[in-house]
Amino acid sequence: MNILYDERLDGALPRRDRQEVLAELSRVAPDLTLLHREEDLRPFECDGLSAYRVLPMLVALPERLDQVEALLKQCRALGVPVVTRGAGTGLSGGALPLEQGVLLVMSRFNRILDIDADARVARVQPGVRNLAISEAASPFGLYYAPDPSSQIACSIGGNVAENAGGVHCLKYGLTVHNVLKLEVMTIEGERMTIGSEALDSPGFDLLALMMGSEGMLGVVTEITVKLLPKPETAKVLMASFDDVEKAGAAVGDIIAAGIIPGGLEMMDNLAIRAAEDFIRAGYPVDAEAILLCELDGVEADVDDDIETVRGVLAKAGASDVQLARDETERAKFWAGRKNAFPAVGRMSPDYYCMDGTIPRRELPRVLMGISDLSQQYGLKVANVFHAGDGNMHPLILFDANREGELATAEALGGKILELCVEAGGSITGEHGVGREKINQMCAQFDSLEISTFHAVKAAFDPDGLLNPGKNIPTLARCAEFGAMHVHNNELPHPELPRF
Amino acid sequence: MSNNDVFCSAADSLPALSEAVAAASSAHPIRIEGGGTKSFYGRPVEGTPVSTREHRGITSYDPVELIVSVRAGTPIAELEDALADQGQMLPFEPPHFGSNATVGGTIATGLSGPRRPWAGSVRDFVLGLRVLDHQGREQRFGGEVMKNVAGYDLSRLMVGAQGTLGLITEVTLKVLPKATASASLRLEMSQQDALQRLAEWGRKPLPLSAAAWHAGALHVRLEGGESSVKATASMIGGDTLEPGFWSELKELSLPFFAASDAPLWRISLPTNSAMLKLDGVAPDTLLLDWGGNQRWLKGAVDAHELRAVVQRAGGHASCFTPGAAEPFTPLSPVVAKYHEQVKRQLDPDAIFNPRRLYPDW
Repeated sequence: MNILYDERLDGALPRRDRQEVLAELSRVAPDLTLLHREEDLRPFECDGLSAYRVLPMLVALPERLDQVEALLKQCRALGVPVVTRGAGTGLSGGALPLEQGVLLVMSRFNRILDIDADARVARVQPGVRNLAISEAASPFGLYYAPDPSSQIACSIGGNVAENAGGVHCLKYGLTVHNVLKLEVMTIEGERMTIGSEALDSPGFDLLALMMGSEGMLGVVTEITVKLLPKPETAKVLMASFDDVEKAGAAVGDIIAAGIIPGGLEMMDNLAIRAAEDFIRAGYPVDAEAILLCELDGVEADVDDDIETVRGVLAKAGASDVQLARDETERAKFWAGRKNAFPAVGRMSPDYYCMDGTIPRRELPRVLMGISDLSQQYGLKVANVFHAGDGNMHPLILFDANREGELATAEALGGKILELCVEAGGSITGEHGVGREKINQMCAQFDSLEISTFHAVKAAFDPDGLLNPGKNIPTLARCAEFGAMHVHNNELPHPELPRF
Repeated sequence: MSNNDVFCSAADSLPALSEAVAAASSAHPIRIEGGGTKSFYGRPVEGTPVSTREHRGITSYDPVELIVSVRAGTPIAELEDALADQGQMLPFEPPHFGSNATVGGTIATGLSGPRRPWAGSVRDFVLGLRVLDHQGREQRFGGEVMKNVAGYDLSRLMVGAQGTLGLITEVTLKVLPKATASASLRLEMSQQDALQRLAEWGRKPLPLSAAAWHAGALHVRLEGGESSVKATASMIGGDTLEPGFWSELKELSLPFFAASDAPLWRISLPTNSAMLKLDGVAPDTLLLDWGGNQRWLKGAVDAHELRAVVQRAGGHASCFTPGAAEPFTPLSPVVAKYHEQVKRQLDPDAIFNPRRLYPDW
């Protein structure tokens, strides 16, 4: 199934001559870097969802706010769509360009403006890398909590756009829980401060609304994040299981014991073998599943909790439990997990990473369902799982050079997401909808709810110029797409013609 | 684990609520009511009262998932009791302001208690909710899972919107286990010293869960494992404090709040803000909660002057005493414009709690 922008379903886009737009933008922002030759545009043709590539009409690389302002105002006047991009590491195609649109690349806004250690906040530009914030805060004993796997490369602006998560979400939350204030520029070129350095602001929680809005409501130009004191210690236990179901149950048992681990990750046999082969993390390659359980905080509490968790794991039927002996071994245990995606990538020419969320109790049933689907579609699936918060990342292995295999992988992926929704979950835990999951949105929300999303969009961008086609499907797309959410047994969108 | 026997007070009045909303019009808007305990907080609303109180009960609670779904009219105390039976809690420690307080009112007002700076606020624990739209149709946003970034975050947008964007019928919340150990301490010191001490502690991974300065003493609560609470308590010293202090602080029932008939102001400030210098107000007469992020002022001050000082410090001030013309800090023109556009899109006939937050909408 091709997920590229389809004007028939996603709405007509204005057609402007590239040279005309280039001339107009150069006129209003004479020193703005604008790329227009094909070879210059090529590096920007995709984000982390590299199966899909589109050359943008133009790429803009502003360095100052007045350039962003001039660009937005002029694009609005010309009716030209604007797709904002950070580091381009997103996995859902949220920054996939449009042929008829300008790609606004914020990577040159890459300065850390201020770190206030006593107030425990950092004020940064959107192009700053996620990990760079923690590195800059480190001398003060502080860090920025959300840590997506791509943290060495992904930008904080992109994290805001996708409400990025990471392996420590259950205890420390997502981006939405760790950002205090945003400076945003509207499509009209207005500057707007959303949120504040205080813990709340008068009026609506527009800060929450902006998080994960995928550049569709405004362009984020500055971010103030909360910093946390680094935990005194972090220790990690690795438990092996001869049965995936037992491992899943153990996750619930740890939480039932009143413990909230800093990280609680699960990998199945295929993922274990891939990671071990790549990283030599010391994983047991014969195990059907492993759990990594990290406990962090004050030393004395962590030691107490380690003993509790050891007991829980033994009772849950773990065949082996190892405590990382030192910081080196802890880093090694994590390296296996954090490199699970590229590790799986070595086993197969291509892989497709999913991001569904389910209630944890549904894990055995969903894993079994994935295994059935995997056989049905004839493609292997490796499972890595933020087990603590029910966020699954099934990795579908395929070979794009084989006729039809990408389409099969996507169809299988779509089925896995529908399985998540059916189990009471969500089509995306942390990667966002972007373009990738645009059709599955129709499975998670009904037409009324989708219309409400469109109403919110209209409040900020009535002409639909900011990142059109992402995040929220049109009703026409949902009517055409097979797996519609049928609410109360009513046929959705009876008003729309069927094709 | 949802067991209907446990939740015997459940009742579903969704059809009646839908009907009431559908019958509303711009000439006949509605005023959403829960237990009425927070009706003082905001501008008075003229409209047909629509009560959520008959729409009540916990619809699903699985302690191992750390997730509870509950109807809006459920008394917040009933929810807290059900969680406590499983050793769990609402980490944001919501104030009740009366025994009738409902879950819906807690979400709509978005008020959090003393644990807020360390644990997070109401909105941080909202995973999803159901809301009646302007035609009385129930819509669901967010989800009933820990992580979900599908679509715009309309569930958190509803938190603190005081029913101006829709009628909340049900909410799904993340809950957490109660800490195994707790200790409360009282340390005599000046406000200046307290602020300095809090800044030092803030940079260390201490098991703090509440900190308030009042009448010449810093009051501290520690929550965590036995070992760390004990070690931290002996490190910071001070006298033992009755834990009931935190409940009185949360409910605004300490003698401070009843000392005079003067208006009560809530001042929200950035972390590590200095002592506020206000004309005619001795700094020592303020009560500081949330480690200084939330400060209470009882006094007849000029709203404009107070807000000017507070805004210069990066914060805002709300009046907690009914009758103020502008209980909430006016919005900047651009922010106000987008508030109005969001309101118009979601409530085109202006039927939901008109002018509850601001005089124009």
